[in-house]
Amino acid sequence: MSEMKIVSGNFAAAYGAKLSRVEVVAAYPITPQTEVVEKIAQLVSEGEMDAEYVMVESEHSAMAACIAASNTGARAYTASSAHGLALMHELLIWASGARLPVVMTNINRAMGPPWSVWADHHDTLAQKGTGQMQFFCENNQEVLDSVIMAYKIGEDAEIMLPSMVVEDAFILSHTKEPVEIYDQELVDEFLPSYDPEYKLDVERPFGFGSLGMPDWYMDFRYKIAEAFEKAPDKIEKVNKEFSEIFGNDNGGLIEEYKTDGVDVLIVTMGSISSTSKDVIDELRAEGHNIGLARLRTFRPFPVEKFRKITKGVNVVGVMDRSYTFGHGGDAAREIKDALYGHRDLILKDYIVGLGGRDMTPKILKNIMLDAISLQDKGLDNEIEWVDLRINQERWRR
Amino acid sequence: MAKVPEIELMFQGTTACPGCGAGNAMRYLLKALGKNTIINIPACCWAVIPGVYPSRNLDIPLLYNAFEATGAASSGVRAALNAKGVDPREITVVGFAGDGGTADIGIQALSGCVERGTDTIQVMYDNEAYMNTGIQRSGETPYGAWTTTTPVGSKQAWKKAPKKNMMEIMNAHGIPYAVTMSIAYPELMIEKIQKAKDILGPKFVHIYAPCPTGWRSNPSDTVELARLAVDTCVFPLYEIENGVYNVYKKPKKKVPVKDYLKIQGRFRHLPEEEVERIQKNVDLEWEKLLKKVKFTKE
Repeated sequence: MSEMKIVSGNFAAAYGAKLSRVEVVAAYPITPQTEVVEKIAQLVSEGEMDAEYVMVESEHSAMAACIAASNTGARAYTASSAHGLALMHELLIWASGARLPVVMTNINRAMGPPWSVWADHHDTLAQKGTGQMQFFCENNQEVLDSVIMAYKIGEDAEIMLPSMVVEDAFILSHTKEPVEIYDQELVDEFLPSYDPEYKLDVERPFGFGSLGMPDWYMDFRYKIAEAFEKAPDKIEKVNKEFSEIFGNDNGGLIEEYKTDGVDVLIVTMGSISSTSKDVIDELRAEGHNIGLARLRTFRPFPVEKFRKITKGVNVVGVMDRSYTFGHGGDAAREIKDALYGHRDLILKDYIVGLGGRDMTPKILKNIMLDAISLQDKGLDNEIEWVDLRINQERWRR
Repeated sequence: MAKVPEIELMFQGTTACPGCGAGNAMRYLLKALGKNTIINIPACCWAVIPGVYPSRNLDIPLLYNAFEATGAASSGVRAALNAKGVDPREITVVGFAGDGGTADIGIQALSGCVERGTDTIQVMYDNEAYMNTGIQRSGETPYGAWTTTTPVGSKQAWKKAPKKNMMEIMNAHGIPYAVTMSIAYPELMIEKIQKAKDILGPKFVHIYAPCPTGWRSNPSDTVELARLAVDTCVFPLYEIENGVYNVYKKPKKKVPVKDYLKIQGRFRHLPEEEVERIQKNVDLEWEKLLKKVKFTKE
């Protein structure tokens, strides 16, 4: 029987791993991820979860152990955050290069210096080129759901890719919400055990990861690219199947909130989306034709879907909770990239909430009103840093 | 003395240099362990020696991993086997890394792997420098050696730091079994590797593997150099079992270190007093080892 529990985003991740029947967990503690590994340690020690728990001495080793375990044919899981994720960088690329469907939960936290433990997407987006699928969650239920779905998608023979399921530091990781912990049998039906065609096996010895000369390497890279081409459809399909069985539709590539025929489209990622949806309702009630697209899957980037949902849109306002120095917000840049040559519209990039700066309904409303105003006055700034100490008066009024 | 098993799990067609001591190390290791072995290898000469894709001359499951990750990869493979209910005595998990991948960049993951008590054999095949990248000094390069990053010029001479003692570092972890071995003594290698295989928990194996390319020695001298290292006490053959030391192959007659140094180009530049200094240090270390044997056996 499924059961409702009031749990943090971190516990939701741990329960997601438990329900996915992960066989090997290797993790290293970092704030604000620690509850994930503590909860798993507790579940294992109480016999509620049947997994080998490797308490490694670094995040680099965590992913290295997960890769090796996955290569041996076991379902592997880890969790990290910010600096821990950055330390894993080499192995995030290794996991995708080796085509291993390891799933990790990353708690989105700002990178230092200055030291910060609060919400920020820079850590995850700095890894966008590593060949990991990336799923940004809005709430704790989605955290749990996405871990299960990530295994289902990643382990598909046509995909065979690792995933990062990400949630915002503290706003989700340490905030308790009601989460449905599904019936294990139902999850088992949805997600069968991991049985890869090729693995380390003394009866059928293969070598994995040997030197690829220039006449081979490029073709292996192309195969990964092909898998990423196929992934969007697979993500939508798995999301549909999941929602039919478990009753929760998490949006697949992009969750559309009141987007039909809108003039102004707001794009958000992660926990900021919930508050933004309330503000959208408020503005719609005031007569504004505005909707919201929650960018849930950052990798593969939903290029086609963005083209589709921006048809007839005048203004796209993108809220980026990260900034790539020398270029801008990642989401805005990539949406522009997707729309180039397809849509003639105004796109403005709002840099928001870095290092956990609070995004209140008031600020969000001011951002959306700014986006609405661009319809008449045209684009003022391509990139706007919102609620800085030097411009707070404007955004908080 | 153990017989060298007939089984061959390493085939021809390696890309090793002529006279590569690491080649012998792998061959004897696999003869000792047999086919129920999973081996993981980081960046090192042995990342290339088995052949480039799609060729492979090792007839066992082989996992390559990142340079610093061998201890973690062994832990991951072992954890997966545990999850599948495979007993450590059924399948041996081996981490096979060079001296850099073990003692320098890989020391953290190795330390973690050993501290956790992972059932695995972690091998350091020691050719005393980063040979695959072109003879750069490592923590295992001995005092006095030339390498491409310790060149002998007017301002900088040879490597001044001593060789890192991995046996002691492993012993400090409370490891159940650590052993040094030499490719000059295949039967002893087989015996000690099989002994390590039967011990539960983490095992550390330090294999002395001369490298003609990096040591500037004659490829035909590889085995002779390995034997001289033992006979001069530069590289004593000993084991530490639960803290108890045992020298399992004492030289019949201690050979002067200069006999070992003089057939290697990497020590060619050393003046007489430096050779004496090395000799004194070798003597001191040898005496210390014998005292450790005496102390721990009592």
